[in-house]
Amino acid sequence: MSIFVNKNTRLLVQGITGKEGQFHTRQCVAYGTQVVAGVTPGKAGQKMDDVPVFNTVRDAVKATGANCSMIFVPPPFAADAIMEAADADIDLIVAITEGIPVMDMMRVKNFLSGRKSRLIGPNCPGIITPGECKIGIMPGPTHKPGGPIGVVSRSGTLTYEVVHQLTQQGIGQTTCIGIGGDPVNGTNFIDCLDAFQKDPQTSGIVMVGEIGGTAEEEAAAFIQQHVTKPVIGFIAGLTAPPGRRMGHAGAIISGSSGTGQGKIAAMKACGITVCENLGTLGELCVSVFGK
Amino acid sequence: MKIHEYQAKELFKKYAIPIPEGNVAFGVEEAQAAAEKLGAYPVVVKAQIHAGGRGKGGGVKLAQSKADVATVAGQILGMNLVTHQTGPEGRLVKKVLVEQGLNIQKELYLSIIPDRATAKVVIIASEAGGMDIETVAANTPEKIIKVYINPLVGIQAYHCREVAYGLHLAAEVIKPFTALLSRLYALFMAYDCSLVEINPLVITAEQNVIALDAKVNFDDNALFRHKDILAYRDLDEENPLEIDASRFNLNYIALDGNVGNMVNGAGLAMATMDIIKQAGASPANFLDVGGGANAEMVENGFRIILSDKNVKGILINIFGGILRCDVLAEGVVQAARKTGINVPVVVRMEGTNVEEGRRILRESGLNLITAVDLKDAAQKVATIVRG
Repeated sequence: MSIFVNKNTRLLVQGITGKEGQFHTRQCVAYGTQVVAGVTPGKAGQKMDDVPVFNTVRDAVKATGANCSMIFVPPPFAADAIMEAADADIDLIVAITEGIPVMDMMRVKNFLSGRKSRLIGPNCPGIITPGECKIGIMPGPTHKPGGPIGVVSRSGTLTYEVVHQLTQQGIGQTTCIGIGGDPVNGTNFIDCLDAFQKDPQTSGIVMVGEIGGTAEEEAAAFIQQHVTKPVIGFIAGLTAPPGRRMGHAGAIISGSSGTGQGKIAAMKACGITVCENLGTLGELCVSVFGK
Repeated sequence: MKIHEYQAKELFKKYAIPIPEGNVAFGVEEAQAAAEKLGAYPVVVKAQIHAGGRGKGGGVKLAQSKADVATVAGQILGMNLVTHQTGPEGRLVKKVLVEQGLNIQKELYLSIIPDRATAKVVIIASEAGGMDIETVAANTPEKIIKVYINPLVGIQAYHCREVAYGLHLAAEVIKPFTALLSRLYALFMAYDCSLVEINPLVITAEQNVIALDAKVNFDDNALFRHKDILAYRDLDEENPLEIDASRFNLNYIALDGNVGNMVNGAGLAMATMDIIKQAGASPANFLDVGGGANAEMVENGFRIILSDKNVKGILINIFGGILRCDVLAEGVVQAARKTGINVPVVVRMEGTNVEEGRRILRESGLNLITAVDLKDAAQKVATIVRG
């Protein structure tokens, strides 16, 4: 088992003919993901390797039965691409694009409300169910198939680090999700925690947060009430100065809100085991989850 | 991106949001001329820097005559203004805004920001104007009004009424206030702002509603569609190393420690800073070279880290994903040869093409210290800077 994606997921790629779209589509195919279609306006009828390209998402869905979209469209056009996918009733939309204006994402988020599509990202590495399907830009071999741990994170390379430490300890993963580093995103911590709690193969969860916003505090309250599986939390940015955006558009301490110290305190108060030194995360996972 | 008060007021003027008469000046004589042009005293002389708390720091002063303007402008121009937002090092004041004095009857607070949790635009208002809004929110939350707007629908008349009546405004200022608020919302949306704030928004004895202050920040991700705003950028307000880094698409923030570090990815970069601190040292910077870094970017990253004279050691932490370890290694070797790195460098690499990357470093003949994992890397670099 896994959450959101598995070996039956039928992927289409928006922006498949661009440099990044091409490169990562090939990586996903090599990992075993079923890539059934690509979309680039004006390039219908062409093929990217063996993948047929369509003008619109609706055409691609009709012809191939795609139920998931991975988006590599550049920032000025990414919001439009997400809304197009949602309007074609794609189940899961994974937006990799970094640098989408906040106002565009606020419009997208309100547009999605009441629709069936789930959005992951933007500004994220994507989602992977190790051994079954990779939808995103993460390095496949770092992951270990078979579970039993679920990983959810606001970061990219920091997630790889976390997964690497799990794998080094011989601990596999059910599904790993990067929810993205932007202030306004689709799927949040709580959605993933809820899904991991309900997934019978997941026996523990690692949650990787960072400074800015209140998502970690809300997730901690949810865990206390609804999650019975052990959760290990980590927060990046304890040494970040207030008022500065630390790379991610969402990673900023505003006044007294969004500090790492506040998030760690909230997590501890809700009974979550907090990893305070990233160098020891793997060992902590062994002691909490077992091998 | 931040801009100055006088620039924000130019935008206000464009949107017919009432502001005091005033002019910007770069020298004492110009300040006097600006005051004379206003035609009446007192005038207010306000330091223009990208930080709040200017009044308390001595950067805003009243002048009763032309001679008085020379005195206060002389004090403010060239001063190193320290406020709670500048840090202890302060900011050099290079320009002042000279404005007409007003008969203030009431001071209000008004701002518009995007609310990340609800994905709505939120208007925040308070009768407790002229004070730090965080303090007001903490001590007297009942004095804060919040009205949420769905950006797909936009601001409606009732939103404005809710704010106006919530502020207990007198009947004759309701109309000018609601007009101002809907124009402010239009400005916020038109320019992809991350904040517009008027603190204080004043009601004068003559019952005019006027933006005494103006603060406008912009979403950096949206600047590609606001080329006119880019002209407002003031490089004097930015750290020279950060300006240099931005030219190479490097995400660099200067800090006050002595361990330089270069990392791919913002989250991992923050976590690397944290672990340096936990190992007993202190990070000199945040530097995210990003996923698509090439050898040239790595080289420039090195050069920028090394131009910070406090740096006594460097930690490179790369988790190869899109950025392959061999590309990173080549960049490091190139940079070391060109810039002649004179401090110890600890390298920790993992992920895509890591074996090839390690081989390149090993065979380079350079004196690089390799680390087996993150903990090892942090301890090694901390030991080095402790001497």
